[in-house]
Amino acid sequence: MSVLAVQSLCVEAHGKPLLKDVSFTVGAGEIVAITGESGSGKSMTALSVMRLLPHRVEQTSGTILLDGQDLGALSERAMCQIRGGRIGMVFQEPMTALNPVQTIGDQVAETVWLHSGATRDQARARARDMLNRVGLNEDSFPLSRYPHELSGGQRQRVVIAMAIAERPALLIADEPTTALDVTTQLQILDLLKDLVSEFHMGLLIITHDLAVVASLADRLVVMRNGEVVESGATDEVLRMQTHPYTRALFEASRHQAYLPPIPEAESGKRLLEVRDVVRRYPLPKQGMFQPRRHHVAVDRVSFTVSKGERVGLVGESGCGKSTLTRAILGLEPVQAGDILIDGVQPDRARGRVQVVFQDPYGSFNPRHRVERLIAEPFHLLPSPPNRMQRSLQVAEALEAVGLPAAAAERYIHEFSGGQRQRIAIARALILRPELIVLDEAVSALDVSVRAKILDLLADLSARYHLAYLFISHDLSVVRSITDRVMVMKAGKIVEDGPTVRILDNPDHPYTRELLAAAPRLPNFSQGRRDTHAAESI
Amino acid sequence: MLRFLAQRVGSLIGSLLVASLVIFLVIEVVPGDPAAVMLGVNARPDTIAALRAELGLDGSAVSRYLSWVAGMLQGDFGVSYTYRTPVAEMIADRLWVSVPLALYALCLTVAIAIPAGLLAASRRGRMGDYGVIGVTQIGIAVPNFWFAMILILIFAINLRWFSAGGFPGWDEGIGAGLRALTLPAIALALPQAAILTRVMRSALVDVLGEDFMRTARAKGLSQSAAIWRHGLRNGLIPVLTIIGLQFAFLLAGGIIIEQVFALPGLGRLIFQAISQRDLIVVESVVMLLVFAVILTNFLVDLAYAVVDPRLRKHP
Repeated sequence: MSVLAVQSLCVEAHGKPLLKDVSFTVGAGEIVAITGESGSGKSMTALSVMRLLPHRVEQTSGTILLDGQDLGALSERAMCQIRGGRIGMVFQEPMTALNPVQTIGDQVAETVWLHSGATRDQARARARDMLNRVGLNEDSFPLSRYPHELSGGQRQRVVIAMAIAERPALLIADEPTTALDVTTQLQILDLLKDLVSEFHMGLLIITHDLAVVASLADRLVVMRNGEVVESGATDEVLRMQTHPYTRALFEASRHQAYLPPIPEAESGKRLLEVRDVVRRYPLPKQGMFQPRRHHVAVDRVSFTVSKGERVGLVGESGCGKSTLTRAILGLEPVQAGDILIDGVQPDRARGRVQVVFQDPYGSFNPRHRVERLIAEPFHLLPSPPNRMQRSLQVAEALEAVGLPAAAAERYIHEFSGGQRQRIAIARALILRPELIVLDEAVSALDVSVRAKILDLLADLSARYHLAYLFISHDLSVVRSITDRVMVMKAGKIVEDGPTVRILDNPDHPYTRELLAAAPRLPNFSQGRRDTHAAESI
Repeated sequence: MLRFLAQRVGSLIGSLLVASLVIFLVIEVVPGDPAAVMLGVNARPDTIAALRAELGLDGSAVSRYLSWVAGMLQGDFGVSYTYRTPVAEMIADRLWVSVPLALYALCLTVAIAIPAGLLAASRRGRMGDYGVIGVTQIGIAVPNFWFAMILILIFAINLRWFSAGGFPGWDEGIGAGLRALTLPAIALALPQAAILTRVMRSALVDVLGEDFMRTARAKGLSQSAAIWRHGLRNGLIPVLTIIGLQFAFLLAGGIIIEQVFALPGLGRLIFQAISQRDLIVVESVVMLLVFAVILTNFLVDLAYAVVDPRLRKHP
């Protein structure tokens, strides 16, 4: 019998269906992945199982059986015993999933205490065991630690310890590694896999990342717009791709944009020059008479970007890539070294370097119309264009990114994430810069939208002879859109060279480590169409 | 934690020194000679000079400041120009009324605001929430002396449960003292509770949207247990700030309430001292209030560190 059986589940909000006739099962010791793009109903399905749907979202029909027991028939009190007792749940954002004012020991012990009626000491002893089991040993991670003293991966381990403390029959993990670096992601996925076989529990993992699915799940459920479009054994679903949507997702996940060659005339001309740049932050003093120590975020970094060149900068969180980016944009002072854009300081070349940020939701003022948002960089010009010219240029920029000129009259909340990122690119293009810095610019987007934005970027670079500095933690994106890649670790660039060479034959052990940790899409050589090499990440 | 404490104590002493200097300088530039005021318009210059010497007003500003500060450190605030009694005694008498009144009102404020804020936040967007918001709107809009008059009307005149004013002194027993302070404390507390409820509600609403509250539910805590065990402490930081400000206000801000209930508190003392140009009393009471405010802030800072471990390392 399956641990979890979801049968014809329908969920509505204000009469609008969010889940339509969703059915699937999870067996003991089995890993089932739900995949799909944002809005497909993946998380809503998980919350339905937990009976933790948001206010005014209701299950209208269908049954959810846990070990044959209908969860819908249980009282809220009985359901509290199920949550954390027989179903554990791990969430996406480990940085905020823990209570910041309680020790990790208390938080894990609380689950034990709630469900087993153990004494405080017994609960704490169990918490200790569980933390040991998820790899947080007593010496480095005593129960008295607070969440803010832990890294993202360590916090996710605490959340997992909390979820498995009562050895639940089912563990639900909602995008458990999306917010983590690749090496940490690999460790967390391995841990989950081990726990499933050790505790013989079912794991329902929700992820948008097909590569993660392929490496982890026994079975796969593909969802779109609240419906299950396809499900079955992972290997089979990914191999056969019977449903067009599954095929589209798979194709988009390993999409390679066609990157036009750098024009001969441009190649080799220096555009951005970074020489021995150092950025230090003072740390709080340890004692009144002790010397102040510094955290070196960027440590004597040197590189150049030529005109028209597309350069990637990869590294894990905290490696200094964002600090370096801000310094190049003139937003961060440096303690040593030079940054020159065509021979001048960044603050005197603001118009020639533009930026696109990660979050397409937070990077616009919601009270301005799109025209004003896109036209904002004009204030950098000594003589800004008049109203008429401005409208024409905004229309041109919108059309260049594939949006109608009429979009200028609308407000930003009327657009989807992908459209907003197009508007951000239009804003970056308006001054006809030579270099665009893209800081994780496609990380927050769904795979199909990401593929289109990558195509757009490739197209724009040819049309406007743009150089890109593309900052990302996602190696597959970097492979798709860059000619050259730099790998950064602890404030230093450890490897720099042509993208294909570095991603296929890395020299530096750290690059090798990064590549080994990145989950890969399997290669099914079935001759349907030209697929990329198996190593395509 | 020790370093945090040392830093806070250092800043407490520094603030007090600066405050004493500012108060002294402001009083210095206020026109009017207390000795001349005390002796009346017909006084002879040599009599005034003699009185000035007696009051210690004839030295240089620096020496007067130093002796004032040194005196305060020993509990000697000087002698009132008007009543010729030690200021310390006058203040101490009033403090026996004002401090209990402020604490009483603050306890009522917290006792009303925390449950009301919890109720509103946990019923957000439903009837309970709208009800609490409506009542707090009235509490904030209506001045406290009006509440005072209504309370007197109902509980003193009609029901005769409490007296309409006056303070029998603590010698009559704690019960009698508290009884006399009950109506004034309620009148003082109602508007403060309305403000604090609002703060509590919005702090909790923010906290309820946090991811860790969802984690708490996923662990198996009921909605109310999750709020109680995880929400409340996280929502307390802004509430503590407001409680600190409210205590300082309640200590001296009850002047109208003291008047309505004929209570011999600090507010009335300072009001009388200003009208009689009894500068030494004004100076001392103001210094005392500043001390109370700074001390409250210090305690609030310490409370932050108790509530939020992240503040212990990086104050």
